[in-house]
Amino acid sequence: MLTGWQRWIAGGVLALLVGLTAFPFYWGIVASLTPEATLFREPSLWPTHIILDHYRALFDERDFWIPIRNSVIVAGTTTLLCIAVGSLAAYALARLEFRGKTTILSLILAVTMFPQISIVSPLYLLLRALRLIDTYPGLILPYLTFAMPLAVWLLVGFFRQLPLDLEEAALVDGASRWQSFTRVILPVSVPALATTAILTFIYCWNEFLFALSFTLGPERQTVPVAIALFRGQYQVPWGQILAAAVVATVPVAAMVLLAQRRIVQGLTAGAVKG
Amino acid sequence: MRQQHSTEDPRQAWAYVTPALAIVLLVALFPLAWTVWESLHQHDLRMPWLGRPFVGLANYGEILRDPRFWGALAHTAFFAVTSIALELVFGLFLALALNESFRGRGLVRAAVLIPWAIPTVVAALLWRFMFDSQAGIANAVLVRAGVLDEPIVWFIRAATAWVPVILADVWKTTPFVALLLLAGLQNIDRSLYEAAATDGAGPWWQLRHITLPLLAPAMLVVLIFRTLDAFRVFDLVYVLTGGGPGTSTEPISIYAFNAMLQNLEFGYGAALSVVIFLMTFGLAVLYIKGLRADLGGGR
Repeated sequence: MLTGWQRWIAGGVLALLVGLTAFPFYWGIVASLTPEATLFREPSLWPTHIILDHYRALFDERDFWIPIRNSVIVAGTTTLLCIAVGSLAAYALARLEFRGKTTILSLILAVTMFPQISIVSPLYLLLRALRLIDTYPGLILPYLTFAMPLAVWLLVGFFRQLPLDLEEAALVDGASRWQSFTRVILPVSVPALATTAILTFIYCWNEFLFALSFTLGPERQTVPVAIALFRGQYQVPWGQILAAAVVATVPVAAMVLLAQRRIVQGLTAGAVKG
Repeated sequence: MRQQHSTEDPRQAWAYVTPALAIVLLVALFPLAWTVWESLHQHDLRMPWLGRPFVGLANYGEILRDPRFWGALAHTAFFAVTSIALELVFGLFLALALNESFRGRGLVRAAVLIPWAIPTVVAALLWRFMFDSQAGIANAVLVRAGVLDEPIVWFIRAATAWVPVILADVWKTTPFVALLLLAGLQNIDRSLYEAAATDGAGPWWQLRHITLPLLAPAMLVVLIFRTLDAFRVFDLVYVLTGGGPGTSTEPISIYAFNAMLQNLEFGYGAALSVVIFLMTFGLAVLYIKGLRADLGGGR
């Protein structure tokens, strides 16, 4: 709808915003490849002398693969649980009629907005009583508090978009709801399930407060906690911190770029009604 | 057929919903109730010999007289207002630009999503590095541009410590705001613009009289949603300033966290978290009301 010079201005604004968005990443990557001495003496916009020492130190000295392993286990298990249990609930909430449905949906949406801090202390006392502090279940259980409502909410949005007649042929032929769910709905929903899994995984991968509160040491710390608690002997080990930041960002960025369209769909369908 | 669906056994639907619902009740609502109960007690893990006496609303009375709480609330409000205002403005620009069709739009849309998707801790560290007193590029640029005479230590004073905090939040969240606004923009009937253009209305007029009024509901939803987020802010400030210097940038969630897991005052910390919960709950109710039609089940 814009013409001539207006398009150029819009393009310029966009380029500027994209540039500003990209710069911190660029700068972090450059710095993670720069020797620490250069970093502190003369910061340069272009990498002058590329080294991989920070990445090597990250894995050789800091055993960064341990937090990565922990994050993958915790986020992966939570995601699988949420998809398995959540898809069933989402199916009923999206496609069956029953009393109390609106209340349950409101409740689930409300829980997605819970301030995590308001349940940290009882969860801490509970996990301590169950001897689950500093264990994988001790993180997976708390993670269900935000991951389960999120997964259900996203899946309800996706399942609602499927046409009603999709199931009718099967139901007319005498299939039960369970058969219709497992043989009709689930197979056509693989992309939706994958998107929900990706988003749930990202939320778990990024989580900080619970992981900070319910772990005690490096053996069970997740990636964000490990990075945030990096300490150097004399000064802040920026090279290694930024290398770790890059490592923590790569899987998330890859998933976002792969599933971009559907992620946007899922997020906006949940937040702003279409 | 449709009739048959609605006369189906509701027990089946409940059976499908129950596992997920039970998990949510068990891991989220039960602990919340526990927090409320705990907040009515004096429970100090540093002084276990005091036991856990019931003190009624005494913790809440103490909160009202606690200057650190009011300070934390003010910091949270300041953070919310400043960052959200900037995010709405930049988000609107970004959304308007992304709404135009151009080559590579999909790629740009995916790229701007990345800051939103990365761990907040990572975003915070990237910005802490850029505002580092020695290696930070912010100092280098500002000194070279003549804005600063010499490099400054950003995190030593509250006024300057807020700068990277706000910027990091704006950087991380603007893409998300833009995407929500973009969804709103795409719902606006194109023919309105065509009619306006035929009548000779320029883009500025169209923006003021068509886009902004029709985008208002989406902006309101974004506003509430972001306010909710801002009131829960933890990771970003924890990593960037730790609430410091002193407690001068401490938001309420970090105060509650410190009260519980550092000072081990579980009763008082629980009362603080209940206050946070009530404030966000009010916002959440507004938000859900705004989406109510969507929740009804009908499409």
